[in-house]
This record gives sequence, structure tokens and C-alpha cells, in this order.
Amino acid sequence: MAETQQDAPAQPLLIPEAEDFWQAARRGQLRLQRCSACEHAFFPPRPFCPACGDRRVENFTATGRATLYSYIISHIPAPGHTPPYAIAVVELEEGPRMMTNIVGCPQTPQALRLDMPLQVVFQARGDMTLPLFEPAEPTP
Amino acid sequence: MTPNSIAVVGAAESTRMGTVPELGQVALHADAALNALADCQLSPAAIDGLATAGHDPAEIAHYLGLEPAWTDGTSVGGCSFITHVRHAAAAIEAGLCSTVLITHGESGRSGHRTHRPLFPSQFSQQFEVPFGATIPPTKFTLPALRFMKDCNVSEEQLAMVAVVQREWAALHPRATAREPVTVADVLGSRMIAYPFRKLMCCLVSDGGGALVLTSAERANDFPTRPVYVRGTGEAVESPAITWMEDFTTSRAFRASGKAAFAEAGISHADVDHLMIYDAFAHVPLYGLQDLGFVERGEAGAFVAEGHTRPGGRLPMNTNGGGLSYMHSGMYGMYALQEGVRQMRGTSPAQVDGAEVSVVHGVGGMFSAAATVVLTNVA
Repeated sequence: MAETQQDAPAQPLLIPEAEDFWQAARRGQLRLQRCSACEHAFFPPRPFCPACGDRRVENFTATGRATLYSYIISHIPAPGHTPPYAIAVVELEEGPRMMTNIVGCPQTPQALRLDMPLQVVFQARGDMTLPLFEPAEPTP
Repeated sequence: MTPNSIAVVGAAESTRMGTVPELGQVALHADAALNALADCQLSPAAIDGLATAGHDPAEIAHYLGLEPAWTDGTSVGGCSFITHVRHAAAAIEAGLCSTVLITHGESGRSGHRTHRPLFPSQFSQQFEVPFGATIPPTKFTLPALRFMKDCNVSEEQLAMVAVVQREWAALHPRATAREPVTVADVLGSRMIAYPFRKLMCCLVSDGGGALVLTSAERANDFPTRPVYVRGTGEAVESPAITWMEDFTTSRAFRASGKAAFAEAGISHADVDHLMIYDAFAHVPLYGLQDLGFVERGEAGAFVAEGHTRPGGRLPMNTNGGGLSYMHSGMYGMYALQEGVRQMRGTSPAQVDGAEVSVVHGVGGMFSAAATVVLTNVA
């Protein structure tokens, strides 16, 4: 997908609690957290469980399987992106949702069907490695 | 808050709206504030409470020469001013101050400002911005396709929100966009972020607005018709769109609306006039369902059938809304102004005999909500 990039995406200020997530992305792993007390899986990373407040949380590697919850097809330029491109929110198999881009298929309403199964892929962009998602099955 | 114990006695917008390149953002606050004070024939010295959003209240107080005994800088996005009405009512009733000025000003179009009003979210900066979701058209719009699929809304029905609001705007001399549009016009306008075309997105304007509130006992001492605050609600949900709990319904809308209706002691049949903040065309559809005016899955058809248009049974966004009237960035103040005009009987798009108006706003990207029930019946 390198040919679609104008330049690097905007670089966020990295917070310490998210370091494991971004380091793991470089290794091709999608990391989530789970509460040791109530087993709630959550994202973005926090040093406690947002469901029950317990501080005992563990990091674990997600399956990378997800479904397409909602999206828009942006026609607005943004750093690191060439319009039109999909900005999506996906629902991970473990429960949490996250924002991403959908790659490996046309950026059209015909190809992007809500609830379609997706699989995570990792792409280096600038100094970051981003978790993106592609269709798990062939698209029309 | 005790229903009807507090009244809006002063209300005004900035002298000019739309494109106002000659004023900076703080001066837009002041222009509207001076107009609201003139509306109720008060001098700045009479103000002992100040609420504002997007700025340090000290900046606005100092600029206007105020020495408030109470301030509120709650800044939860465009509905902040509706939240301020709630907080001001509580403060007046508690005796912390007697006369509150709420100000808004925003140089959204000309950009004469030092910062954008909404606090940036660390979650959004970390986990949204890298994917290109950097501005409201690529964030606020994200839940819409899920909402449309699960709640039976077609693209044509989404377009009808813009069509109907343009009908209302045509009645308002101060509305920015007053030319009639059709569903075909809306669907044929420039694609911004599918499924949103340009005419489904709000205007980008300069402007300001201000309100003056005091106790109901004092309300008859002013030259304006009192508009009583009958019920209020507020809620916050998530700092960024990705973490909105359910893309088909706003938890914040439900909580805020429920609180306001309960406090006011009204049912939906009592509501004569409705304002639902419309940064984008889908937001009023959420509002209609989440405030309980229609059942889940009915909002798209409800608007398309004409129930919210001039002559309909639930007149909504009668100034034309953020889509056609103006949208400075934090539009909630203008929704309040139209609610007050309707209760005073002075709107150019007056709903005959209206006695109860509900004004409901959204903050951020479905991050927050606030609701007030206004009435002209003491």
C-alpha cells in the first residue's frame, strides 16, 4: 500500500500506558488487556479495569479477527492518506472496538459491507506500525 | 432545580453572523453579550455570574469588565451553553449569584482565534488521528452507516433532514442558506465522507450569542417576556467517537433527555417545539429516537413524512439548524436562541401558540449532551 501514501500519518504523543501496544504492533501483534478479576477485555490500554476498577490487568495478544462495525469513505486529505479511503471502526473478536483503515479491497460501499469478517495486518507508516484490517474473505 | 424558578430575561446573537472578519473570537463573545444586556436593559455591572465555554472565564470576564462571584467554564463541546443554563439555574437557586450571563463567540470561519474550543482527547490523538480521522467530518459521521442499517434509514431520508431544515431557514432573514434544496440536490452535492455529502454537513460560520438568567421572581422586572427553565439534563459519554457505547443510540442523549423531561414533569405530547443540535444530518435522527419522540427505527421515516417541517406536528430546528442557519463550531447557543424566540413569540418562523420548547444539544463527537425544557407559562 506504500504507493497510496502521500507522507507519514500524524504522529501522536505516545503515552506510557500504550507503549506495549505500539511495541507489539512492530512485531506484528495486536495487544489488548484483560482484567484478572472480572475477565473484561478492553482497549485502549489502562493500568486498571474500566469495568470494575481492579488494578490487576494482563496484556495479551488478540486473534486479530474482527468484523466491520461502521465506516465512512473520506474524501478529505489527511497526512499519510490519499482520498478516497475508508476510516472504519471494527469490533474485535474479544469484544473491544478500535478505529482503523480497511485495506486490500476497493474503497467503495459495494466492497465494504457492514459486519464483514476482517483480519488484522500491520503496515509501517513513518515511524509507526499501524494495525490495519483487510477482508478475511474475497470481496465482490 | 425547581421547575420554572429561573427565567431567561435577556437573549441575543451577535450583531452580524456568517462571515465577520472584523472581530476576533473574544470580541464576538462581547458583541453578543452587550446585545443580550441591551435586550433586558441591564448594564455589565449588574452581572454577578458568568458562564462560558471554549475560553477561560477570566478572559471573558476581564474583557467585558465583569467581576463575577460565580463562574462556570464547563466546556464539553457545542452543547456547553445548554449545560450552562442548568448550572446557572442551580447556582441562582442556591444563592451563589443572582444574574448570570452566558456567552458564546466563535470565529469558526475567519479563524480569528488562538485555539479550537474542544479539549483534545488523548485516546483520539493516539488511536484515531493516525488513521486519518482528524476533523469532525471524518469522526462525527462514523456511526451513521451502522445507525442507518440498524434503524432503517435510507440515504434519501438522511438527505430529507437537510431539505426540511432549509424550508425553515427560508423563513429566517438571518439564516445563511435560504435557497430551497431537493433530495436530489443534497445527494448530488460534493461527497465529503460517504455517506455524507456537503449539504448534509453543517455550515462553518463566525458568530456569537448570549443569555441573561435570573430568578423567576425578578423576571417581570424586565422589558422582555420571561422564558422559564422548566427542566434540565446533562450527560457525558466518551471522549472520542470510537468509544461511543452503541453506534445506534447515544447513551448521553438518553440520560440527558430523560433527566430534563422528568424534572419538567412533561410528556412528549406536551412539546410544541423542538431543537436538536445538527452538526450533521444524522444527529437529529438520533435525537428524535433517543429523546423518545419516536420509536427506534422510525426517525428517518418520521422526517421524510414531513412531521418536522413547517406545518408538521413536531416543528424541529425552526431556524434551519446548523445545516442552514449558521454553525460557528459550538452551535448550542443558537439552538437556545431559537428556543427562546419561540417562547417569546418572536421567531420569524413562529410556531403559533407554542408553550413548551425542548432544546437538546450534542457536545464533541457524541461525547456529551445537554437538554433544557423552556416554557412561557409561569
